[in-house]
Amino acid sequence: MSAKKIVEPVVKGEFTYKDLPIAAMIPVPATSLEYKTGTWRTRQPRIDYGKCIKCLLCWTFCPDAAIKRLEDDSVQVDYDYCKGCGVCETVCPVKAISMEEV
Amino acid sequence: MARQAQERIAIMGDEAVALAVKQSNVDVIAAYPITPQTIIVERLSEYVANGELDAAFIQAESEHSALSICVGAALAGARVFTSTASQGLALMHEIVYAASSMRVPMVMAIANRSLNAPLNIHCEHGDVMPERDSGWIHLFATNVQEAYDLTFIAFKLSEHPDVQLPASVNLDAFILTHSVEPLTPISDEDASKFLPPRNTIYSVDFDRPATFGTMALPDTYMEFKYQLKEAVERAERVYPQVVEEYARISGRRYWYFNSHMADDAEAVVLVLGSTYGTLKVAARRLRESGLKVGVVGLTMFRPFPEKQLIELLKNAKALVVMDRAYSYGGLGGPLYMEVLAMLYRNGLRIPAMNVVYGLGGRDFRLDEAEAVLRMAIDGAKKGRFDEHVIWWGVRA
Amino acid sequence: MSSQVIFYKTPKDLPREEWFASGHRLCAGCGAGIAARLVFKAIRGPTVVVNPTGCVEVSTSCYPYTAWKIPYVHVAFENAAAVASGIVEAIKVLNRKRGKKMHDVIVFAGDGGTFDIGLQALSGALERGHNMLYICYDNEAYMNTGIQRSGATPIGAATTTSPAGKVIPGKQERKKDLIAIAVAHKIPYAATASISHPIDLANKVRKALEIEGPKVIHILAPCVPGWRYPPSETVRLARLAVETRYFPVYEVEYGKVKINVKVKEPKPLEEFLKQQGRFSHLFRPENAHILDALKKAVEENWERLVKLEESGITL
Repeated sequence: MSAKKIVEPVVKGEFTYKDLPIAAMIPVPATSLEYKTGTWRTRQPRIDYGKCIKCLLCWTFCPDAAIKRLEDDSVQVDYDYCKGCGVCETVCPVKAISMEEV
Repeated sequence: MARQAQERIAIMGDEAVALAVKQSNVDVIAAYPITPQTIIVERLSEYVANGELDAAFIQAESEHSALSICVGAALAGARVFTSTASQGLALMHEIVYAASSMRVPMVMAIANRSLNAPLNIHCEHGDVMPERDSGWIHLFATNVQEAYDLTFIAFKLSEHPDVQLPASVNLDAFILTHSVEPLTPISDEDASKFLPPRNTIYSVDFDRPATFGTMALPDTYMEFKYQLKEAVERAERVYPQVVEEYARISGRRYWYFNSHMADDAEAVVLVLGSTYGTLKVAARRLRESGLKVGVVGLTMFRPFPEKQLIELLKNAKALVVMDRAYSYGGLGGPLYMEVLAMLYRNGLRIPAMNVVYGLGGRDFRLDEAEAVLRMAIDGAKKGRFDEHVIWWGVRA
Repeated sequence: MSSQVIFYKTPKDLPREEWFASGHRLCAGCGAGIAARLVFKAIRGPTVVVNPTGCVEVSTSCYPYTAWKIPYVHVAFENAAAVASGIVEAIKVLNRKRGKKMHDVIVFAGDGGTFDIGLQALSGALERGHNMLYICYDNEAYMNTGIQRSGATPIGAATTTSPAGKVIPGKQERKKDLIAIAVAHKIPYAATASISHPIDLANKVRKALEIEGPKVIHILAPCVPGWRYPPSETVRLARLAVETRYFPVYEVEYGKVKINVKVKEPKPLEEFLKQQGRFSHLFRPENAHILDALKKAVEENWERLVKLEESGITL
């Protein structure tokens, strides 16, 4: 079963009690990924890769795992989920991240 | 210790329940002691301490935690048991609803006792009645043998894939919990055949991670509760096959209720719990003098066996519903109100009255049972009762 | 168990797997969100999380959305420790009887579900000695229901049920000491941690999981709307809390206190307080005595810990 099959009927309002899992349990992990919290933000981070030293502090501190850690330990903002809190900007030791108006 | 089938023993109600729980091969027991359930948990802790039962015995620090431990354990896939009474059940109330709404199978033995205030440790059904709306299956024992048998039946019904609901086995405080009566147990072998290890569809499992106990907003909450309604109603339909299977191994056949001479009775008295036995004896005596009385003791109270009761009672001329509990400010005792609703919506204008009795453990003697039966016959003759509700024996 | 064993040295050592996924509804900049991410990076195998009602619960498990990749259980507000006890013992029994896989059980509870309504269940679980890790993410009030005061709210803080009024300016009572309560149950391990010190936090979680018995970790999790500060400052504030000795970072292993982050020259407490709207009334002259009471409470707590560590006494 996929996350979409759990989420879509509810979002569309097209289901009966029989279609829902028993007792409001969710049998699929991380269905929250279907909800893009990126729509919340009014500012967003921009990473200056010229300055980035791959310390991974921004990845460590993001409350939403909206900074992805890539295979080579470089980082990339996941704009689908970034809420624009700006914590990453404050923890970057080399000021490689700047929050900009959306 | 393997028990031979059909070897009768003398045993206390509480001990009989503990024996049934042991033979049901439970995995986790979590409880908090409260009179008069204490013997159940003490015996179970002895079985575990002596290695006779391979289970975790946890004495919780309160009943609320006891039931919470059971819910957690059941979600992890365990067969669980708990027991309580009165104040303890009231303290568990929040989690009673959680257990049924989270569709967690388990069995709870309730030693029906009155609720504070005033503080009273004796027999009454006032503790379980507030839980009747919860979605639990509620079974009532009229004697020690039933308390024992219904425990197995409760586990089987509770864990049935079409049901998946917690179930209570209710036994009267002291009258059943502490009375020694004859018991014919089933063998350990038959018990394990009747109750193989619990099969779960969903449980806490890292390899199949699931989220249990979510919040549901107005857009889905009602559908989840509709699932609960359907499940409770399915329990009524699944019950006959469960009791049939139990009849095959034990030779004892259970039904939605016990009835004694009710088929052709003009006046029927309905009751829950051990008073059924008293009424049976009284009824036999009255029948000898030609009075056509009958008695019904409900085994299954939730789900309420409407169809089967209507079938049995439709030709009666008068009903007396006895309640060992009351709904203060309501139209009477809980069983009475249920019966009235049942009669009305099935188009039956049978005169019915409510006798509220035995609150706080006040004795209800054989001569009083006779008097109530005579009152019922009187109502059948007159075609009506003069009062809706009377509180039997109260000094008013 | 040596307290010198280190599982993670730098952020690079933190596992890549996100057991706590994106898409949850916690506020932008939420301290509890950071705590959750860090805690669940330090799991060591099959794990189940038990989460009582609170910010994390409603934001991460509202049907049909779950942010969890590990098994998750919510039952009610005050019984997380009890539910976890049941899960722990059931898995043990089922592992023995039917080979069910062993799982670590982690409770992730707010200060609401821990300090007050959940305290009984926690006490019972600690006394019974179940093998579980109880983690409290402490944002110092009942944030989920609208910032009402809790037993974890510090003296002087304004909450919606201890408002900074003309007659009663904020909470007049001191914060409960969760670690002292936990340690009074003679458990093998209790510790505080701050999201500002993520490596220390992750190491403590992992270390605790390796210890048999009940463990408690108390994590400070700043709250944007509750403490009233801009969302980007969460980690900075958590760090200031440590650097002003407001939230000491220490462990108690088998009753012995060890301060992990030694703060020799504390920054003035005012630097921490003045950045938060919940303390703004403390800077009015008529409330100076409450500000003093808070400073005194912080200093007394620090001195107590230093003395406990120096004396080597077993609590």
